[in-house]
Amino acid sequence: MKALVDGKKCTVCGVCSDVCPFGAITVGETSVEISDECTLCGMCVDTCEFGAISLPEVGAGPAADLADYNGVWVFAEWRDGTVHKVSYELLGAGRQLADKRGVELAAVLLGHGLGEALSSELIAYGADVVYLVDHPQLARFTNEAYADVLVDLIHKKRPEILLAGATSIGRSFIPRVAASVRTGLTADCTELDISEEGLLLQTRPAFGGNVMATIVCPNSRPQMATVRPKVMRPVRQPEHPGRSEVIEVSDGIFQNRVEVLEVIPEQDQTAKLTEADIIVSGGRGLGKAENFVLLEELAQLVKGAVGASRGAVEEGWIAPSHQVGQTGRTVAPTLYMAVGLSGAIQHVVGMQGSKIIVAVNKDREAPVFDVASCGVVADLFEFIPAFIRKIKQERE
Amino acid sequence: MHIVVCIKQVPDTKNVRIDPDTHTLVRQGVESIINPFDLFAVEAALQIKDASSATITVITMGPPQAEEALREVLSRGVDAALLLSDRAFAGADTWATSVTLSAAIRKLGNVDLILCGKQAVDGDTAQVGPEVATLLDIPYATFVKKMEPLDAQHLKVTRQTDEGTEVWKLSTPALITVIKEVGEPRLPSLRHKMRAKKAAIPVWGIAELGLDANDVGLCGSFTQVVRVFSPPRRTDRVIIEGSLEEQVEQLYRYLKEAKVPGI
Ligand SMILES: Cc1cc2nc3c(=O)[nH]c(=O)nc-3n(C[C@H](O)[C@H](O)[C@H](O)COP(=O)(O)OP(=O)(O)OC[C@H]3O[C@@H](n4cnc5c(N)ncnc54)[C@H](O)[C@@H]3O)c2cc1C
Ligand SMILES: Nc1ncnc2c1ncn2[C@@H]1O[C@H](COP(=O)(O)O)[C@@H](O)[C@H]1O
Repeated sequence: MKALVDGKKCTVCGVCSDVCPFGAITVGETSVEISDECTLCGMCVDTCEFGAISLPEVGAGPAADLADYNGVWVFAEWRDGTVHKVSYELLGAGRQLADKRGVELAAVLLGHGLGEALSSELIAYGADVVYLVDHPQLARFTNEAYADVLVDLIHKKRPEILLAGATSIGRSFIPRVAASVRTGLTADCTELDISEEGLLLQTRPAFGGNVMATIVCPNSRPQMATVRPKVMRPVRQPEHPGRSEVIEVSDGIFQNRVEVLEVIPEQDQTAKLTEADIIVSGGRGLGKAENFVLLEELAQLVKGAVGASRGAVEEGWIAPSHQVGQTGRTVAPTLYMAVGLSGAIQHVVGMQGSKIIVAVNKDREAPVFDVASCGVVADLFEFIPAFIRKIKQERE
Repeated sequence: MHIVVCIKQVPDTKNVRIDPDTHTLVRQGVESIINPFDLFAVEAALQIKDASSATITVITMGPPQAEEALREVLSRGVDAALLLSDRAFAGADTWATSVTLSAAIRKLGNVDLILCGKQAVDGDTAQVGPEVATLLDIPYATFVKKMEPLDAQHLKVTRQTDEGTEVWKLSTPALITVIKEVGEPRLPSLRHKMRAKKAAIPVWGIAELGLDANDVGLCGSFTQVVRVFSPPRRTDRVIIEGSLEEQVEQLYRYLKEAKVPGI
């Protein structure tokens, strides 16, 4: 199968051929040909201003009972006995979706000995109901236990939408949930909305962030998405009414094919990239390992974390756990400071979700300035110490 | 021990970018590369083979030219390769891809360990590994940086999480998705290159896999792309030049006005 060209509408302008990431479109004298290289990615469909290209209809046949599913669910993650911020963000987003659909918003809390405090916080952030499963097997995260309990709840209660954070936990076990209930799943969304037909519109970056794609899941339920942390806004409404419901699961659910032997928290606080509001990242421009002290000082001053480019990691100046990018961590802090790094696409894909990107580079032509919200053309060895002095001064 | 490694050929994202003036995607000679994470998976398999004895089969689902990717990993020392290719597979989402891969693995039979990359860099979903494991009903661990066999039936893995590391014990057969810390991929060797050139690579389609065209590719997919567009461009970009004092002052004010916490 491949994209379809409507010969009546096509003007043979060739724009589609330029945008095809697979080189599947050739422009002839009078018509456009799409070859078997086409992967149906849809890039061409949207760029054609004449509406001449379309994709064949998807199948997976309509499930008979779509109408039986209702309500929006948020998987509530926690760490060390407190709710993870991303879950509050998802409740903020989920609240809007639930209101548009005119349905209930639920938070699903799986764990052991978590207590009432967590439920009441989830309600204060917008949940109408908290489904709580308390079981010793849920004291530590494993894909199987978490997924199989959540699947059991989905079969019992039938939500139409299920959201989870695109954290190392969400991205690990949610695919098992989706595959078990036989439904679609969209990873790492940055935007959610409801279409006129009432479908969940899931928007996410693709091709290393070069394009955005909006995805729907028309014929199966629930519609499932993991959502990137720090893009949705939490809204605390202390007066919001809600209830909690304890749900029992049978011991038979647990398969015990996986055992958690050890959990070792990151010792190096400056490597806690995914949680930090501010990340100060360094690249090859730092010149040597000792110079990372400069960035550490700045990071400590603003209570941030230290990131790095692969360039700096490869030089051995900093541990791989700090690496941001395609082969490192994906981060989205409020402020990302890219210092002495060139902004290679593999680095940029890991940080372009940041709210503000400040680049410090002495080369006015460095690609990093293309993604920066604020670019400082300067020698980092002069600029960073002066900037540290400025912050200290202002605080006095 | 029989290890299956799933690899994917992807467009080299380095060359895919949006033209800032025309807002269209530019693909100056977009080459196909092997998804970088999958090369780490191949390396992890080869390390197991080095340490004990193992047979490694690499599989990919893709268009006919994905055969190149298979020859390349054959030249790095894996034993066999299998191409899953059929027009009906086109347009698969992660579910339909997983249906196809798991059908092939089931048909191969007697697989002890399946290795995948953490994610494919074209879609960045990280879903295919876990979904294949689910369809095969075997345990799995994601984001693994180290693994060692414990005994004939168990595997110990160290995985990277947002908060640190975790050590898990899994019963085999199991599926593992790996990150770059498993080790730098070795280069093709001359001896293996010779063999790779001549190796016969079977091609399986829906008939060989016993699948229905409606269960794979676009038809078998649950998700559907309805719109593709370029990300909104930053219109608010500020470039700060001038004397050091001015630059420091300007950046400080910029961040203050943006109310960045901690500044
Ligand atoms: C498959 C693959 C995956 C990859 N994954 C990643 C990844 O996850 N993360 C990643 O970061 N990279 C990744 N890379 C590597 C990436 O392509 C670049 O090579 C790398 O990011 C470059 O690091 P850098 O910017 O620190 O170094 P360089 O490109 O060498 O840039 C150094 C910059 O510092 C500036 N500079 C020098 N001195 C000063 C000074 N005194 N003051 C101010 N500025 C100065 C220079 O102008 C230059 O722009 C990957 C590559 C491949 C092929
Ligand atoms: N078409 C495919 N053929 C073989 N393996 C694949 C394919 N797509 C994905 N995979 C495997 O699944 C991993 C995750 O892919 P993804 O879910 O697309 O990010 C990859 O690193 C591969 O190991």
